[in-house]
Amino acid sequence: MSKPIVATTSLAGCFGCHMSILDIDERILQLIELVDFNKSPVDDIKEFTTMCDIGLIEGGCCNSENVHVLKDFRKNCKILVSVGECAIMGGLPALRNNIPIEECLHEAYLNGPSTKDANPDKILPNNEELPIILDKVYPCHEIVKIDYYLPGCPPRADLIWNALVALVTGDELKLPYEVVKFD
Amino acid sequence: MNDQVKFTIDGKQCTAEKNTNLVEAAKMNGIYIPTLCHLEGVKPAGSCRICNVKINGRFMTACTTLVVDGMVIESNTNEIQELRKIIIETLFVSGNHFCPACEKSGNCELQAMGYKYQMMVPRFPYEFEEKEVDAKTTKLYIDRNRCILCKRCVRSIKSKDGKSIFAIKGRGHKAVINIDHKLANQMTDEEAMHAMETCPVGSILRKERGYVDPIGSRKFDHKPIGSEIEETVTVK
Repeated sequence: MSKPIVATTSLAGCFGCHMSILDIDERILQLIELVDFNKSPVDDIKEFTTMCDIGLIEGGCCNSENVHVLKDFRKNCKILVSVGECAIMGGLPALRNNIPIEECLHEAYLNGPSTKDANPDKILPNNEELPIILDKVYPCHEIVKIDYYLPGCPPRADLIWNALVALVTGDELKLPYEVVKFD
Repeated sequence: MNDQVKFTIDGKQCTAEKNTNLVEAAKMNGIYIPTLCHLEGVKPAGSCRICNVKINGRFMTACTTLVVDGMVIESNTNEIQELRKIIIETLFVSGNHFCPACEKSGNCELQAMGYKYQMMVPRFPYEFEEKEVDAKTTKLYIDRNRCILCKRCVRSIKSKDGKSIFAIKGRGHKAVINIDHKLANQMTDEEAMHAMETCPVGSILRKERGYVDPIGSRKFDHKPIGSEIEETVTVK
């Protein structure tokens, strides 16, 4: 029987959750026995080449590209998992959610201490090749259906491991108190 | 001697002194009824509703109810646990609770409730409403993004001559906690620290303190909130 296939991505995240996946240490040897990877920064496969069983999503949606990738994941993965606070609630990028987008762009490109004198033509990024920034940062489950959630910043390696093993083997997921944390 | 009354919580026989409120009475019998707004020794407000229990079949807040002989109380049933989880989720989406960026993380009672009830994601959409931060006083700042309007500070933090340092401004969904800058500036370091500890969340914070406790040695890192109450009885 072929192994279940996993895809992963980092949307508006910091790659901390992917680091936490690597934090399973030597269990990574068991992991490659257990699953195959498709589209993922782990193996640098850029596009889906087959239907996947599990998609791990890090980060929320802050621009049009994030939404595009997330919808692509929904289409190509049977089970989608929101991994980490940013995927679940927007996380730190969502700190801008109650500040008007114009004010954010002005602070970043016109008035910020590092850009104030460096941008004399007062250029704001506006090119069709660039993804369009959204009015606010959206949790993944407000864009597509998400099946499971793993909270944490990042989720503890044990939580990611326990969840992956439970999904692959069909055993019940064990959630000891110390693995479910919001920070 | 005071009169003792007999009652049951989830079928367990309990006794307590007459006129004890139910949260304290349960505690004396080794049963934890979760609370956020309740503070021992302060007049109960019943504002957070986390301590909802069913008494003789009716929902009531345990902190505002005095125990009476023969009461039949349900607390840890699936129905009530689910109700409490809904309240916690509501609090998480109505404020801006960025746990990873909060100084109170790990010592926060709201977060600890999220852990206790294993909230993986709130079932409601996030509101991300704009809330103001007030950092005008010398020792404290108020971050209303995290406030759950439990009124612990309003009810219990007073100046030396008995004046309220904190108060509610506005009504309904516009209600916010306000701080009296003049009175707050007269607070001693200990009083300011006490105010921070009174706040169940990270809304009242001591300035120039930041992240003091490392991850792993904070209040709710290893044990769920209320476990110390449930442990006392198993030891006996």
